[in-house]
Formats: sequence, structure tokens, C-alpha cells
Amino acid sequence: MREIVILSGKGGTGKTSLMGAFSHLASNFVACDLDVDAPDLHMLLHPVNEATQDFFSGHEAIIDPGRCTGCGLCADSCRFQAVDAAGAVFSVNPLMCEGCKVCVTFCPEGAIAFPERRCGNWHIAATRFGPLVHAQLFPGSENSGKLVALLRQKSREIAGSRDLELILCDGPPGIGCPVISSLSGATLAVLITEPTPSGVHDLKRVAALCRHFKMPAAVIINKSDLNLGVSNEIRSWCLHEGWTLAGEIPYDPAVTQAMVHGQALTEYLPSSAPVRIAVQNAWKRIESMGHDPKAV
Amino acid sequence: MILSVASGKGGTGKTTVSAALAWAWKAPLDLMDLDVEAPNLHLFLDPEIEACEKAHLEIPTVDASRCTHCQMCSKLCQFKAISDMGRTLLIFPEMCHGCGGCLAVCPEKALKPGLRELGEVCWGQAGEQGFFMGRLRVGEAMSPPLMREVKARWKRSGQTQKRDLIIDAPPGTSCPAVNAVMDSDVICLVTEPTPFGLYDLKLAVEAFRPLGIPMGVVVNRYGVGDAAVFDFCSQAGLPVLAKIPFSRSLAQAYANGRVLTRAEPALVPLFRDLADQLQRMGRQAKEVPGDA
Repeated sequence: MREIVILSGKGGTGKTSLMGAFSHLASNFVACDLDVDAPDLHMLLHPVNEATQDFFSGHEAIIDPGRCTGCGLCADSCRFQAVDAAGAVFSVNPLMCEGCKVCVTFCPEGAIAFPERRCGNWHIAATRFGPLVHAQLFPGSENSGKLVALLRQKSREIAGSRDLELILCDGPPGIGCPVISSLSGATLAVLITEPTPSGVHDLKRVAALCRHFKMPAAVIINKSDLNLGVSNEIRSWCLHEGWTLAGEIPYDPAVTQAMVHGQALTEYLPSSAPVRIAVQNAWKRIESMGHDPKAV
Repeated sequence: MILSVASGKGGTGKTTVSAALAWAWKAPLDLMDLDVEAPNLHLFLDPEIEACEKAHLEIPTVDASRCTHCQMCSKLCQFKAISDMGRTLLIFPEMCHGCGGCLAVCPEKALKPGLRELGEVCWGQAGEQGFFMGRLRVGEAMSPPLMREVKARWKRSGQTQKRDLIIDAPPGTSCPAVNAVMDSDVICLVTEPTPFGLYDLKLAVEAFRPLGIPMGVVVNRYGVGDAAVFDFCSQAGLPVLAKIPFSRSLAQAYANGRVLTRAEPALVPLFRDLADQLQRMGRQAKEVPGDA
């Protein structure tokens, strides 16, 4: 089973637009949106949810004001500055509570409840390209690598039961918890960059993360003609660092129009469009890499 | 006053707007890059970095000779960072959130504080303006503790009452983004007029609204996509503070690492006006706290 994850470090480089196109071009696969914070893939794939479940992660401390004597031990023991005085008693700011249970443990009055926290929901859905596993974390919730791991697990189950050989994942931006979680068990990372100072800077960070976890990776330069000099730099950097350059995609405002129309750019653009051809070629390259990890 | 520049969706132009606002700001100002996973503001401001300091999280280490395997620590730990194997107490440092519960609960004093490197905090000067940033260590999962360290460094500068602060926040709508903006006086949400931009803007508004901080919207790449974002803003009562027109030449200026106000003088009045509006919103909110 191959598991390809699309990452970028910097946000807005085109992960989801390319994921939409790859979903159109791939066959026999399950799609998975791992950007549970700000999931956008559904606006291209228009999923019909077949199953929806709540996602619980961790707990939160809630002080019962009727039993709180105002001793303040909870505030002293909290390392997240989540407990504040509220008049004569104390209360927990849910946005800052880490769910560590320390205040619950040390409260001499047993005045702090510790219920499970509902952080979002996740869905198994059907789309015109195949099954999609996706989720929505409630705004402001803890961005849990756990939800990412859960979506991966469900994707594997679906791939197994429906005899699909590829899991294609749209990843989150950054290099932190959800990204690390999205790399676990993957066979290939596809790094989308753009020829801008930020694009290059953040590409190097996410590539260093891949190296840290010994994850093979391929690079795609999106909007490559916006700065030919920087695109050249990225090309030589890939060569030097031993990353495969899977494609270079020119800038075309029609890509935004495809998004406005809710379509993959390979569906929306005419077959002669240079962007569409470049994306198709990039996908061919990635697909062949995914088949033979030794080619990486 | 503290202004946070935030967005749900990544790549809408937070850093571009932060850098241009820094250029247009009239009062004494410090700048802070809290997108510690992918920090970019320094690429546009080119600050002179005075110092970088490693930041750490306090994690437990075990003194095996004192551990009686009472399991109070492993039962308390909510993050699977401590596991008692009967004869060995295993600690998984990468899982630890640094709550200190295990250190406090151990009756044998068998756990001692150790450190996990989170990354580094750097500070310096960008012209007249102070500059602060965090850079998460590659492989480190948790960004909020490092973000707290960057804020603490700024507070230690002793200038926080005399100077305004612009925070370049991380993308997203969850814990790190909320942590970045929560003590601001005003939030500037940068979006683009596309379905992705709008969807993530809605999520950001939903995430930040409970904070009770006044918010305004900057629509970047105005002219691409559609007009739905303006309908949403008027329904949600969010002022659209500025529309930055899209042009290929602006995209190229950004690709060359240039601050927009320098690359395109026609945008100077736009950013001066944006800076004035945000300063006014922030000062009003500061004068009437809780009335936002």
C-alpha cells in the first residue's frame, strides 16, 4: 500500500489545488484531508458523507464555583496560566487549559470536574473520484495530531476493505504536531513550494523534517515562472540535497477560477493548458515513484 | 496596543501585510513573528539579530534508585509520556506537555526536572523597530510553549507600555493560532476572495470571536475569485479595512522578497490608511476593555 502525503511548510502554496487535480488523475485510491484545522478539499471534491462521528480528545478542567473555596492551589499549580480568579472563586479558561489534570489532582475540595472534550467530527464520504476521509476540528480546539492519526487509520481500513492500493493525503501547513502525525506511516511526501523567499525558507524546513524521519520526498515548484531565479535555486538545491524534482507548474490565474467553480484544475482547464499538462506530468512522476520506493 | 495579523488559510498574505504595516506605522513599534513553524517575517524586514537563545520545556527525568513504582505519575500523565513497566519507569520526552504534574505528585522525589529543546527565540532590531521571533526545532511537535517564550522575551524588554506590537500569527484556527492572538487589542484577518479563503475566514472568525477582540478584514488579491467574502463580512458585521488589488507585478515583487509599499508606491496610502484604522480600533479597545 502506498501512502502519499502532500506538504509545504508554508501555507497557500497550492497543496489543495494540486491534491484536487491528483484526485482527478489517480485511480483506485482513497483521498484523505489531513488539514483538520482549515480543511478545504471538500470544496473541490463535494463529498456526500456516508458516516459521521464525533471526535473526542483529552479532557478539560471545570471548577464548580459552589464548591471552590478560593484557596488558589489550582492557579498556583497550573503551568499554562489557564486558571484565573473570578471574584472569590477560581475558574478555568478553556482556551488555555491543556487538559493535564494537575489542578484536578491537587484541589483539596475535589471541586474540579474533568470531562472529555469534544473537539470536532470526522466523516467517511463518497466523491466522484472515490472515497474521502475528512474531518473538521471545532474552531479554537486543540489541533490534535490524534485526529490526523485517526483519519489515517480510517483511510487504511477503507483501502483494505475496498481493495484500494493508494492513500492520497492533503496535509496541513507547518512542521509541527499535525504534520509530524501525517508523516507517520507514509511512503512518500510531496512538497509543494513556490519561488518566493518564504516558499523556499519553509520548503527547507519541511524537507529537514522529512530527512529527520527518513521520509522520501519529491518537490513540486508551483507558480514556477513568478521568479525564474529562485526556481533555479530550488532546482539546484533539490539536486544537491538528493530530492526528486517532480514538476514545475507555471502560474495561471485560471487555477483560482477552477476553485471558484468547485472543480479540480485538470477538470476545469482545457487539455491544451500548460498548467494542466504540467500537473499531469508531475502526477505521472509521483505515481511512478510511489510504485517503486527505490526510485526515490 | 497589540495588533495580531492572522488568517485561517495559510498563504493569504499575513506576512506581506505585517511587513507593509510595519513600514506605515507611525508610533513606536515592535514586531513579533509567532508563526514559529514557518517563520518568514525576517525575510522581508531583514532585522539585525542581536541574540538567539534556546528555549526549553521542563520535562521529567527519573532517578531509578528512588522510584518505588507507585504509578502515581504514570496514572496522572494525560499525554502517555510516562509508562511504568513494573521494573522500569519509561519516560517519552517528546510526548510531554510540561505540566509538571508528575514532578509534583511523586511522593519519593524520584522525578527530577530535565529539559527538552523547543527551538530558539531570536531578537534584534529592524531599523527603529524591535524584532522578536521564534523558530521551532525541526522534529518538535508543540509550538504553543515556544510561542509563550517569545512573548515572555518581549515582555522582558521593558518597553511594552511605550511601544505598540504587531504579531504575525500562524495560520489555522486551532490552539496555536488562538494562543498567538489571545492577548491582542485588535485582530487583522487577512483573506483572499476565493472559496478556500472565505471558508477558512469563517472558521477563524468563529475561533476568535469568543475572545471579544475587535476584528477587521483585509482582502488580499482583490480581483481574483469572487465577491462572496464581501457578503459574508457585511452579514457578520466585520469591517473590510482594505482591499489589496491583485496584479502579477505585485506577486512578482513578493517573490523577490520586497515589502509591497516599497515595490508599489501606489499602495502607500492604502497601508497608511489601514495602519491608522487598526491603531484607532486597538486604542479604543484598550481604553474600554471588555467593551469590544
